[in-house]
Amino acid sequence: MDMLTRRKFLVASGVVGAGALAAGATAYTLADILDTAESGDRPRDAGTLVVVTLYGGNDGLNTVVPYADASYQDARPDIAYDAGEVLRLDDSTGLNPALKGFQRLFTEGRLAVVRGVGYPKPDRSHFRSMDIWQTADPVRPGTTGWLGRWLDTAGGDPRLAVSFEPALPPLLAGATSAGAAVPTNVRRGAKGVTGLGLPAAGEPPLQARAARCFADLDSIEAMITGVRDAQPTDPDADEGDDPATGTGGRAELGAQLDLVAQCVEAGVATRAFSVSLGGFDTHADEKQLQEILLAQVDKAVTAFVDRMAGRPVTVAVYSEFGRRVRANASDGTDHGTASNVFVLGSGLRGGLHGEQPSLTDLDDGDLKYTVDFRDVYAGLLADVLATDPEQVLGGWKGKLSLTGS
Amino acid sequence: MPDRARIAHLLRRATFGPTAEEVDAAERAGYDVTVSQLLRPTGSDSGAPKPPVFAAIAELGKNASRADKQKANQQRRQQVTVAIDWWLDRMVAAEHQLTEKMVFFWHGHWATSAQKVKAAPLMLGQLQTFREHGRGDFAAFTTRMIRDPALIIWLDGQKNTVKAPNENLARELMELFTLGIGNYAEADVKAGARALTGFTVDRRAGTVKFVARRHDRGAKTILGHTAAFDADQFAELVATQPAAAGFLPQRLWFRFASGEPMTDEVLGRLIGAGRDVDDLLRALFTDPGFDDTRGQLVKQPVEWAVGAMRQLGIRPARLTDQQRKQLVSGLNGLDQVPLRPPSVGGWPAGAAWLTTSSLQARLRLAELFAGGAAAPVLDRLRAAPTAGRPDALARLLVVDGWTDRTRKVLADAAGKPERLIQLGLVSPEYTIH
Repeated sequence: MDMLTRRKFLVASGVVGAGALAAGATAYTLADILDTAESGDRPRDAGTLVVVTLYGGNDGLNTVVPYADASYQDARPDIAYDAGEVLRLDDSTGLNPALKGFQRLFTEGRLAVVRGVGYPKPDRSHFRSMDIWQTADPVRPGTTGWLGRWLDTAGGDPRLAVSFEPALPPLLAGATSAGAAVPTNVRRGAKGVTGLGLPAAGEPPLQARAARCFADLDSIEAMITGVRDAQPTDPDADEGDDPATGTGGRAELGAQLDLVAQCVEAGVATRAFSVSLGGFDTHADEKQLQEILLAQVDKAVTAFVDRMAGRPVTVAVYSEFGRRVRANASDGTDHGTASNVFVLGSGLRGGLHGEQPSLTDLDDGDLKYTVDFRDVYAGLLADVLATDPEQVLGGWKGKLSLTGS
Repeated sequence: MPDRARIAHLLRRATFGPTAEEVDAAERAGYDVTVSQLLRPTGSDSGAPKPPVFAAIAELGKNASRADKQKANQQRRQQVTVAIDWWLDRMVAAEHQLTEKMVFFWHGHWATSAQKVKAAPLMLGQLQTFREHGRGDFAAFTTRMIRDPALIIWLDGQKNTVKAPNENLARELMELFTLGIGNYAEADVKAGARALTGFTVDRRAGTVKFVARRHDRGAKTILGHTAAFDADQFAELVATQPAAAGFLPQRLWFRFASGEPMTDEVLGRLIGAGRDVDDLLRALFTDPGFDDTRGQLVKQPVEWAVGAMRQLGIRPARLTDQQRKQLVSGLNGLDQVPLRPPSVGGWPAGAAWLTTSSLQARLRLAELFAGGAAAPVLDRLRAAPTAGRPDALARLLVVDGWTDRTRKVLADAAGKPERLIQLGLVSPEYTIH
């Protein structure tokens, strides 16, 4: 399935997926989340994990560029970056020119680049591969996400795992619980509807649920308006350089991460956040579009990491797969396999991790993965969420530790 | 249950949202006659607008300029926009409402997105296939669908050849369209994919061609049967499996009756109805278990919006361009735009629609609808004494009744008919059905 955009992705089948979602509290509000700050039951120094999903299959080779490898230039002459264009990380590897903030974080030791991340028997369907990444099951992705299963083990309170999207991503759907989907696009003008949120005796459960959304609305409006008003105005915000890609609002990732930052600063109970950006399905005329998208990621994530400096907050950025090594006939790349995962934050082991896959020893034109994605998840679960990874990852024993010692 | 309530329930589920007059007429006709009329409407649907005809988009050569490609892409997007607008208008205007609703049901079942198919004519062609073949024998319908050009492109069927098998279509055919997970094995997917090899799609002509040399003629073992299966034989095989006999009723139940699973007794009765889709629908709508499903479905966003427009006398085709954009953008905010299902699994359901985020989108759309309500509708509300307006609104929106909570909110707004309508449309009682 092509062109999945942010939030256009939900548990696969209406029939099999609904149960898991129904278990979750989709009607939670930001106010509910912020309220948890007052409960004081969050462990001191407990880590927070922010997972950034890039929907559409970001081209990893043009993100973390093996610029010194002649095979790279040969395979995609029209869309390759040369040594003069990339932001160098070392003598063979450089970042896409759009990732200026990431380069600075790299030099500061706050960015770990894990190369060659993938899974056995890679699936090149966006849908199934994203299912695999979100469920952490390459064999038969079910209906629970890896953070959803973590939530199950952590007691199941939806406020522990939050997404700022209209619908809940499968990532946060557990077997017995699910995270909360909290809206960001609040606007004024819904006054006078609070009365529709009062409980009514004997009404069907779904109707009661629909009513509850009203009960929350006024408080979210006040809350988010307050948050927005307190934000310093970004002088670069209205430069008028918005790309008309139509694949996800420019400010959305930034807006989502702003809310995450607010929550972290308020000391909420939430330990895992899911945010996302769509539009990476660039099969044609790829170079410019990808730069625009990566610039959004760079700006939003760098600002977030800077704002969170010194706090135990870890960001992980992934996409469902990378692209083929060879460019296609229309200045793009087709669906591929292994790619990079970025892990960012204070107190992690920055630098390059994982082995860069060979560009000549290929699997049917695709990179052979060198790091299993579950190793990365295991590290995040153990080091950030202080959980036994094997319990969440179906007994998986590998682990790549990027934080802690 | 009083007859009127029973019939209103039927019409809320079997149509995109009945008007008060339609409920009146159905009440006079009686329940069973209404079911029959829904299933077998007489005459052609004179109210339904004809599909748009699209200008051919120039075929681009390999050396086409970027500007030419962009122009062609823009034309394609424009045509898809026209198709979405047309379909929404048709859902509102069609008299044969169950026919229209079944097309929408199948769209959520064989969930194909224009985002990949990109060609509006192919998407409309698929809707036409739903219309013509989606009401009879399910196995025959399945056989048609595996040669539907839009579905083939959507699931990479044209890339499935004897040399380079692609399992996408075979897998989803069994997993999502006919059998459900657990009723086939990976080996069946692989063998099924071989049976489906050989089709190519001419995007421009909108036709599917079978190319014999791309087809795998060898013997395949699928679901325990070994033969040199071709696509038709494979489709027939899966659609007539015992698992399929339970799978389709479940999907229909899930969209027309309840988010709660049906009881074994109901399932047994539906399986007994066979695999003719109309027979299944009749069995479902007349099953004693169906009466008890009131309040167990969240209206899908398209159902909610189209129903509101029907009841308020709004035709999408007569909206301004700006309003039509607001309509589609509102549906997008609710996460359901026709021709753009989120994945091959179709749309979510139930509580997944009930977020504070979607409530905000509903409030905005309800404002648009309330502002565009036809004059006679507003006049009828105004004609009622202020104290009686909440009840007049309930009749207009075919809501069985308001809770005290909602009645109070409506009573406070009764002086402003447009505000009253907006509140009615977003009320929990109208959102759930």
